[in-house]
Amino acid sequence: MENPNSEIKVPTMAAMAAEGKQPEILFWVGCAGSFDERAQKITRDICKILHHVGISYAVLGTEESCTGDPAKRAGNEFLFQMQAMANIQVLDAYQVKKIVTGCPHCFNTIKNEYPGLGGNYEVIHHSQLIQQLIDEGKLKAEGGESFKGKKITYHDPCYLGRGNNVYEAPRAALEILDAELVELKRCKSNGLCCGAGGAQMFKEPEKGTKEINAERMADILEAKATLVAAACPFCMTMLRDGVKHEDKEQEIQVLDIAEITVRANGL
Amino acid sequence: MIAQSLFIIILIAAIYLFSKNVGKIRRNILLGKSADHSDNPALRWKTMARIALGQTKMVKRPLAAVMHFFIYVGFIIINLEVLEIMLDGIFGSHRIFSKPLGGLYDLLIGGFEILALLVFTACVVFLCRRNIAHLKRFSGVEMTTWPKSDANYILTIEILLMTAFLTMNAADHKLQLLNFGHYIKAGSFPVSSFIGPLLPDNAHALEMIERGCWWFHIVGILAFLNYLPYSKHFHILLAFPNTYYSNLHPKGQFTNMASVTNEVKAMLDPSFVPETTGEPGRFGAKDVTDLTWKNLMEAYTCTECGRCTSVCPANQTGKLLSPRKIMMDTRDRITEVGKNIDQHGKDYKDDKSLLDNYITREELWACTTCNACTDACPVNINPLEIITEMRRYIVMEESQAPASLNTMFGNVENNGAPWKYSNADRFNWSE
Repeated sequence: MENPNSEIKVPTMAAMAAEGKQPEILFWVGCAGSFDERAQKITRDICKILHHVGISYAVLGTEESCTGDPAKRAGNEFLFQMQAMANIQVLDAYQVKKIVTGCPHCFNTIKNEYPGLGGNYEVIHHSQLIQQLIDEGKLKAEGGESFKGKKITYHDPCYLGRGNNVYEAPRAALEILDAELVELKRCKSNGLCCGAGGAQMFKEPEKGTKEINAERMADILEAKATLVAAACPFCMTMLRDGVKHEDKEQEIQVLDIAEITVRANGL
Repeated sequence: MIAQSLFIIILIAAIYLFSKNVGKIRRNILLGKSADHSDNPALRWKTMARIALGQTKMVKRPLAAVMHFFIYVGFIIINLEVLEIMLDGIFGSHRIFSKPLGGLYDLLIGGFEILALLVFTACVVFLCRRNIAHLKRFSGVEMTTWPKSDANYILTIEILLMTAFLTMNAADHKLQLLNFGHYIKAGSFPVSSFIGPLLPDNAHALEMIERGCWWFHIVGILAFLNYLPYSKHFHILLAFPNTYYSNLHPKGQFTNMASVTNEVKAMLDPSFVPETTGEPGRFGAKDVTDLTWKNLMEAYTCTECGRCTSVCPANQTGKLLSPRKIMMDTRDRITEVGKNIDQHGKDYKDDKSLLDNYITREELWACTTCNACTDACPVNINPLEIITEMRRYIVMEESQAPASLNTMFGNVENNGAPWKYSNADRFNWSE
């Protein structure tokens, strides 16, 4: 059923423009999705979903650049706005109207902070796209891996949850699975950060008594989850490190919502 | 006549002093930079009604919510009774509302008594939580002697005021039953009738008690009013404007700095001329006067409940950062700046600033910008905005970001990614 060898040709905006075509939606991959080995798998899975349902989409490829999110959170507004304006120029040159992102940080930045600098697009996170496709009946949870017997929990990324009030979309992708769902003690608007936000991903943490992802692991262990669903590449890194640190790699899996969807549908 | 004159003098003095101190706080808040929070008034009124009036963000902690609700409703409704007490004080009357209100008056006084008992009970529970149960939320580096005493003073004063109110009613009730003097039969006393047996039966002694409690209660209230501007308890007033001027954008959205936009546009297009010059100022915030008036209003609104700090991921894992401390430091510093102006004139500059003298860099760099603090605040205070503004100062004015962040900035600038990968490899994942 599952076909790991299925290779999809991912279209770029440049190639489509050369053919005089305009895709329905731009998939904004993000830096983690482009360079981080673990996140690249998620990126490919998002493409598989887009391909499977037949949405016409494209990516920017090498024309994509950092949204400026980590610079902005760290206080470097100059660098953020330089990045933002350059990106807006590229997006506007391709007359992009609708964007799906693979990362809550890119999602938040383009959706909320680009309009003030002249970049106006309809922006959704990939979990929202998946929810939409489920609602339209285009995605089910059949033909692929069964999640029966798994105890699945979901970790809310700050910039999707509290930052933009997206709590239900990623859960919708889990609710269609034949599995036991369990909420973490701190979830939704009470969700605990993974520790990577605010540019912490790119620096050593300040001195403290423990790591934030270790604090989060306690919630996961308490929930006795065997699969943790993530929706952010940075959360993914932090959660996996947490699992590794607890030596629970055999017992606890960490997968993105997109990966779970791809597996459940055997894409 | 003497009593009336004395009352009127005390009342005028109390109101004058209170207005003067509120005026100072208002002036201090307006030392902040301008910021527009005037759009969408309909939604703003709704937000205020929901969050300040309706206290919807309190319910996350049910016990505290119920107790706080008793005190809040008690405070607002018992103020009707304070109105009567004031009028009685001014006109030398006794229970001036009893005649015009008739049967409703009995109901009201009975209701006030029950509320007074609930307020009393809630304050005792709150004192126990702070001083016996030692809830973790009420401790922390910023909870030094003054903030702890401040909380205990507020609760103790409220207990004393309620005790005086109920004792006054108990004595009044007994005097009514004795048909003594001007003590007309008015009101119902579901709570204070239980205090009655503890009081003497002598009419003159009862009158002394009734008058004593009356004066203690009303002078106590006026004194408490004048304590507010020095106390965290000022939240009872500022919670309303503070929620009205709430951030209505998604929490993840940070402000785009217009001053930077102008510079960036000028860099990209040399012919670009910025629309307005505006206040030049510095990038970000080094001191409280670099923050907006809204940030400063929030500092005066904070009642140090610690919900922000208790959910902060950095604080929970032992880092120095405490969002409550950010707000308390901001308030302490703006108060200090205000005092300097009072003493040395408005151009006086001391050699202190919010950054380093109050808030350390280690605190600022521990923040994950997760918005747990802003979500937890029952009156929509935003410590994250102050943290971000101070980071902006450190990065853009001082170039003093931690080295690893400077590396990240360099990578974003040169490769378009926070890591050291070549942009040419950005699409390699597809192969």
